[in-house]
Amino acid sequence: MLFATIVAGTPLIITALGELVTEKSGVLNLGAEGIMAVGAVAAFAVAHDTHSTWAGVIAGMAAGAAMSLIFAVLTLTLMANQVASGLALSIFGVGLSAFVGKPYESASMVAVPPIRVPLLSDIPVIGPALFEQQSLVYLSWLLMAGVTWFLYRSRAGLVLRAVGESPSSAHSIGYPVIRIRYLATLFGGAMAGAGGAFLSVFYTPLWVEGMVAGRGWIALALVVFATWRPLRVLVGAYLFGGVMISQLFLQGSGAQIDIPSQFLSSLPYWATIVVLVIISRNVQTIRLNSPVSLGQPYRPE
Amino acid sequence: MPQEQPSSGTQSATPRLKLSGITKIYPSVVANDNIDLTVMPGEIHAVLGENGAGKSTLMKMIYGVVKPDAGEMMWQGQKVTIANPAHARELGIGMVFQHFSLFETLTVVDNVALSLPGKQDLRALSERIRQVSDKYGLPVDPRRIVHSLSVGERQRVEIIRCLLQTPKLLIMDEPTSVLTPQAVRKLFETLRQLASEGCSILYISHKLDEIQELCDTATVLRGGKVSGHCVPSKESPKSMARLMIGKDLPVCEHTQAKEGGEVLLKLAGLSHASDDPFGIDLQDLHLEVHSGEIVGIAGVSGNGQQELLYAVSGEECLSERFPVQICGTQAGRMSPGRRRRLGLCFVPEERLGRGAVPSMSLAENVILTAAKRRRLVRRSLIDFKAARAFAAECIERYSVKAGGVFAQARSLSGGNLQKFIVGREIMQDPKMLVVAQPTWGVDVGAAAFIRQSIIDLRNRGCAVLVISEELDELFEMCDRIAVIAKGRLSPTKRAAETNVEEIGVWMSGIWPGVDATMDQARVQA
Repeated sequence: MLFATIVAGTPLIITALGELVTEKSGVLNLGAEGIMAVGAVAAFAVAHDTHSTWAGVIAGMAAGAAMSLIFAVLTLTLMANQVASGLALSIFGVGLSAFVGKPYESASMVAVPPIRVPLLSDIPVIGPALFEQQSLVYLSWLLMAGVTWFLYRSRAGLVLRAVGESPSSAHSIGYPVIRIRYLATLFGGAMAGAGGAFLSVFYTPLWVEGMVAGRGWIALALVVFATWRPLRVLVGAYLFGGVMISQLFLQGSGAQIDIPSQFLSSLPYWATIVVLVIISRNVQTIRLNSPVSLGQPYRPE
Repeated sequence: MPQEQPSSGTQSATPRLKLSGITKIYPSVVANDNIDLTVMPGEIHAVLGENGAGKSTLMKMIYGVVKPDAGEMMWQGQKVTIANPAHARELGIGMVFQHFSLFETLTVVDNVALSLPGKQDLRALSERIRQVSDKYGLPVDPRRIVHSLSVGERQRVEIIRCLLQTPKLLIMDEPTSVLTPQAVRKLFETLRQLASEGCSILYISHKLDEIQELCDTATVLRGGKVSGHCVPSKESPKSMARLMIGKDLPVCEHTQAKEGGEVLLKLAGLSHASDDPFGIDLQDLHLEVHSGEIVGIAGVSGNGQQELLYAVSGEECLSERFPVQICGTQAGRMSPGRRRRLGLCFVPEERLGRGAVPSMSLAENVILTAAKRRRLVRRSLIDFKAARAFAAECIERYSVKAGGVFAQARSLSGGNLQKFIVGREIMQDPKMLVVAQPTWGVDVGAAAFIRQSIIDLRNRGCAVLVISEELDELFEMCDRIAVIAKGRLSPTKRAAETNVEEIGVWMSGIWPGVDATMDQARVQA
């Protein structure tokens, strides 16, 4: 069960960490759901046709970056409203993926075998759960560490946070605000694409229309309720994964319970949000971690 | 004078910076029209002018934030085009902004590192910050997060940030508006020390006495044009004011206050914890304002002025009724609307957004606060005829320059909008008026007019509370003055019996009877 929890949480981690970087630069990209869908279908199509998982993942990331480029041009260059553009991108992405994915609806692919980490996977109980995972699961941990290091240790990360905090100040001391926001948005898109790729290539190895199933929205919520902190995103994503798996087990166990299945299916969504709302109530942490300029267009003088 | 050639005189050195014919045109206004300016090495050069005279635009062009439309810039004898602020800093130009360009959620050392090229070793940088702050008497702890610093400390961070790049020209944009008189003196010492080391300083201000005290030469701007050059020490404030505003400095008529009016506003132990983590908690404030007097509250910004204003106006409701009493009614839990009905009117600090809705017309903005007291609403329908008439009367009586009653509030200049807002409140015939920063960002002529209007209102028996950071203004208008510091209020003193010096000391939080142990208790808590 721990194994399944980690697998279920991974696409959320990848997508949410990407979105976190985007939001830290002051750009609110609500298109994650659509980007994930496009990333998933692109990854599946390429992996299916080339028989290379990694070609698939890269295609997913490229498709995600391309989607976010549309968003970046609209909001950063043409100064369109970020919320409206993001919502439109989501709707567009879900529709586009269904259209492009039609020929692949019934296709199937061989599941990618997990990678065993020697020694560590021999630890009883947690060994197999943590260290006999897909490569992308390990990469998601590295990504978490990498994003934390980037944001809080590197100079580029400091500049990125400064841009999100006060674009006009950053401009006045000479940083290219728009270029930095472009890069952050593209990174976020690529990660959402990778999150989608994980779903269609590693998680289920197949493509079904609507398979992203709201995970993009959950990833967005995770970022906010994790108060823009990478470690909390990880915890929140596994919480979601855990509840998701438990309710599936419960439904599948055939136990005599008087709870409607619809309620159980919705459990992971609202359980994650309730818990994160509770831990993120501290006004001080929100003020210190939320990017002040989030969602506001910036036009350099 | 501005036409002097750099190479003509044998002993005249190359100017550090020489501007000729700089012009910047915005869609609606010519911000700078053919400006000439010459700054020599080691010179403290004042740029003097009213708000809107084009000082800030000119400085932004020197610092590369804005590009000029025409004109030439010479840097140490070389023609340059400054592409962006990074380029300006490379040349050795540093700037301390009026509205600080610091990042609140980052530490001091992070903020400094951001403005230096390349990757910084933060520990070594902290050490350098300490050295510079020791050398120039600018104490600040590099590890602190900026939002926890006072405004004075933030300004020090900005200055240190510039000094670390060993600038050849330092631009200071209205640096003293946030400082106590004592801190201003300290700043001047620092600037003189810098100038003696060869750094040129461009000092932007509209305060004549400061410029006389500090600056070697001055360039005066009016309406985007250079209206004159002068040596401040050889001029009188009067002659410089004439250069700056084109006429004599207007003075207010201020008569002795009548004694013994009834108490219209009473703060009886007002305490309120701020919701905002960066806000100030008000602690046990006591104050009485009588009819027919003006009480001023001085203080360095960010010491609880905003919180006090919210608590009095009702924007922030209190948990108890007794701490705020308006016209004899306990009003602590009343909404702003109900307080207005008791006879309280107020002018908030933020003109656009709190004082007026930017996108609404003046007639509509009038309805927002005067609906009840001027009967602009009948049977819950708006009487537009009455609202238009009221707005038109306000524009007329307070000589507001606006495109009629249908002009959007945001289309007015700061001074005109302030005249309109003050007029709107005064014309409602309040029993009690609370005004925050009545003349902030307002030109000298309009400021004098606003002050006079408030004094006239007092003479008609209204009680007035003025919260301002400009001490001169408070001394000009007020009958009694109190100081707010760290969320606590000093006792009041008659304006005639105190002076800028004493109030300045109080502004740092020290006044007779202040309980020093309370501070320690707070630190420990």
